[in-house]
Amino acid sequence: MKTSTRRTRRFGACLATLTLVVAACGDDDDATDTPGTEATDGTDAPTATTADTTADTAAGDTTPADAGTQPAGGLPTELGEGEGEVNLIAWAGYVEDGSTDPAVDWVTEFEETTGCTVNVQLGNSSDEMVQLMQTGEYDGVSASGDATLRLIAGGEVAPVNVDLIPNYADVFEDLKLQSHNSVDGQPYGVPHGRGANLLVFNTDLYTTAPDSWGEVFESTSAAAGSVSIYDSPIYIADAALYLMATQPDLGITNPYALDQEQFDAAIALLEAQEGLAGQYWALYTDQQAALEGGTALAGTTWQVIVNLAQANGAKIDAVKPKEGSTGWSDTWMISSQAAHPNCMYMWMDWIISPKANAAVAEWFGEAPSNTKSCDMTAVPEHCDIFHAGETEYWEDVWYWTTPEETCLDGRSDVTCVPYTEWVNAWNTLRA
Amino acid sequence: MLDHRVGHDPALGPSGSTMRTISSFFRRHPRLSLASVLTAPVAWLLIVYIGSLAFMIVSALFQLDEQSQEPTTELTAENLRIAFTRSEFLQVVLKSVGVAVAVTLLCFALALPMAFYIAKVAKPWARRALIVAVLLPLWAGYLVKGYAWKAMLRPASEFGINTDGGFLTSVFGWTPGFGWTAVILSLSYLWLPYMVLPIYAGLDRLPPSLLDASGDLGARPLRTFRSVVMPMLVPSIAAGSLFTFSLSLGDFIIPNIVTEGKVRLVGKFIESTLNAPNQPLAAAITLWPLLIIVVYLVGLKRLGAFESL
Repeated sequence: MKTSTRRTRRFGACLATLTLVVAACGDDDDATDTPGTEATDGTDAPTATTADTTADTAAGDTTPADAGTQPAGGLPTELGEGEGEVNLIAWAGYVEDGSTDPAVDWVTEFEETTGCTVNVQLGNSSDEMVQLMQTGEYDGVSASGDATLRLIAGGEVAPVNVDLIPNYADVFEDLKLQSHNSVDGQPYGVPHGRGANLLVFNTDLYTTAPDSWGEVFESTSAAAGSVSIYDSPIYIADAALYLMATQPDLGITNPYALDQEQFDAAIALLEAQEGLAGQYWALYTDQQAALEGGTALAGTTWQVIVNLAQANGAKIDAVKPKEGSTGWSDTWMISSQAAHPNCMYMWMDWIISPKANAAVAEWFGEAPSNTKSCDMTAVPEHCDIFHAGETEYWEDVWYWTTPEETCLDGRSDVTCVPYTEWVNAWNTLRA
Repeated sequence: MLDHRVGHDPALGPSGSTMRTISSFFRRHPRLSLASVLTAPVAWLLIVYIGSLAFMIVSALFQLDEQSQEPTTELTAENLRIAFTRSEFLQVVLKSVGVAVAVTLLCFALALPMAFYIAKVAKPWARRALIVAVLLPLWAGYLVKGYAWKAMLRPASEFGINTDGGFLTSVFGWTPGFGWTAVILSLSYLWLPYMVLPIYAGLDRLPPSLLDASGDLGARPLRTFRSVVMPMLVPSIAAGSLFTFSLSLGDFIIPNIVTEGKVRLVGKFIESTLNAPNQPLAAAITLWPLLIIVVYLVGLKRLGAFESL
C-alpha cells in the first residue's frame, strides 16, 4: 500500500513536469494549424514596429540638433476637443479640488469649463515622479528642476508649443527658457512657480527666530536630537549650501556642482548630522505630524507644511536663513505618451492663468509664475512676501537641478559627482 | 487542441454523444486528462512566479543609463559588485537579519504559551473565542496598525500641541521611543498570529495519550515537554518562524513609520534604490534577502524541520 502511494506520487510529479512540454507542443500545433493564431502573430509584428518608431521619435526629440533645426517639428499646431479626463502627477497642494479645504479649489472650475476630469497622483519626491512618468500612464507632471532634465533626457516628456498656451506670454521672463525647462530655445513645459526650502522652528523652543542652517547641522543646536531632515538625495545640496557659507576654503560655488572633495565634505557633514536627527521625512504628512507633536523642533520644510501644521495649532514658524537656501522652480510638463494631450494643454494653460496660479501660489506658499497673478491673490502683499518679481531675492536660492558629471558651475578642470552617485551616497549614508 | 474542445463545448450546446466521446477519450488517456487540469497552474507558477524572479535576477546585470536613469540591455556585473561588497550594504543586511531574528524569537516566546493554553488548557468554547481573538488583528489594515503603533509610542514633548505623549507614556509612563525597540515591538505584534496558528495546529494534533504515557513512565512535565512535545512541534515552529522571519526581513513600511524614518532595513533600501530610479541596483540588492531565505530554508531542512511534513 505504502509503496504504491509513493509510486503514484512520483508518477504524478513526472506528469506535472511533462504537462508543460505537452502544453508547449499543443501551442505549436495550434500555430501551424489554425489561421487564427497566425493572424495574432501578424498583428504582433506591426505593434512592435510602432513601439520602435515611438521610441525613435522620443529619442529624436531629445537631441539638441533636431530641436534646434526644427523647433516646431512634431509639435501640435492646434488643439482639438478635450478627451474628457487628464491624469496628473503633482506635488501635494498643487492640484486642489476642495477636498482638503473647501475654500481651496481650482480644479472644479477647470473641470466645468473644459469637461476634463482631473485625476491626480501625488508624487512624494522628484525621484518618485520620474519613476511614475516612466510608466507612461500619465499625461503630465509638475516636475522640479532635479527631475526635468532626467525626464527630457529619457524622452519621457515632449516639447511644448507655447503658442497654444495663451497665458504663457504673462510668465515672468526670468522663469522662461531656463536650463531646467528648455533645450536649445525649445520650451519643455510651462513654469508653475518657485519657492525656497525654509528653516522651520518651534516657537516655544526658539523665542527669537534662528537665522542660520546651523540649527540643523551643528551639534550646538538647541534642537539637537529633534531635527527634521528631508529624506532625499537632493538634500546633499543643502549640506553643500551650508558649507558654501561656512567653509569657503572648499570653493563651492554651486551646491549642485560638487567635485569629489567637496562632495565628501558634504557627506561628512550629513554623517555628523545623523546624531541630531529626530526624523527623516519623505511624506509631507509625516513632518506635519512631528511638528504638531513637538518631536520635530527644527528642520527643513516647505511653506505648505507650515501652513497645514499652523492651522492645526502647531507652535512653529519658518524663515529663509542668511546662508540662502535650496529651492524649487517647478514646470508642468506633458508626457510624450500622453493619452489626453488636449486636456493636458488646457491644464497647462489653466494652471498658469492668473486666477489659478494665484490660488496655488497662496496655498502652497510660493511665488507665482504669472506676472498678473499678483493682482489676484487674497492677501494683496503675497507677491511681495514671496518676492515674486524680485530678481535679487532669488540669487541665493538654488533651484533643485540634476547634478551631472559636467560641472554645472562651468569648471572644466574637474569632473563633478553625477546624480546617480548622489543617490548611492545618500543610500549608503542612510544605511 | 483538446483543451479547446473542452473549453468551447458548453457554448456549442453539449450533446450527450460528444460529452461521452470526450470523457471516454480522457479515460483512455489519463495523462492528457491530468495535463489539462495542471497546465494552467503549472504555467502560472513557472511563468508568472519563477519567470518574473528570473527576469529580476537578469535585470540586476543591466547597466543603468546615467542620463535617463532607465536600464539598458548592456550587461555589467557592477551592480552585483556594489550590492555585495559595500560594507554599508552589508551592515543594513545584518541589521535586518538581526531584527528578523529578534522578531521571530519574541513571537516564538509569546506564541508557545499562548498556543499551548489554547490547544491544551482552554475549554472548547473558550478555545474558539481565543482563536478568533488571535486572528482578529489580521482584519485591521496594515497601515492602520503601523500608524497606531506610532501613535502609541510617541514620547511626551512639552513643545507639542498635546504635551502628553502617546498611550505607552500616559499609561506606563515609559516608551521606547521611535527606535529599534519600536521596530521589533510593532513587527512582533503584526506577525504574531502567523506564529501562533501553526504551533496551535501542531499542538492540536498531538494525541493526549502521548502526554499521559510520558507521565506514566515517570517524566516530569518539563521532561515531557522537552522530549515529547518539542520534537513533534519542530515542523510547526519552523513553519511559523518562516513566516515571521521572511515577513520581517521584507517589511519596508512599518520600520519606517515607527522610527520616523531613522531606521532603514533592507526592504526600504531596495524601495529607495528602485525609486531613485535605479532598477538594476535594486534588483541586485534584492538578491540579498533572496539568498538569506534560501539559506534559512536549507538550515531548517538540515535541522529536520520538514521531515514529518
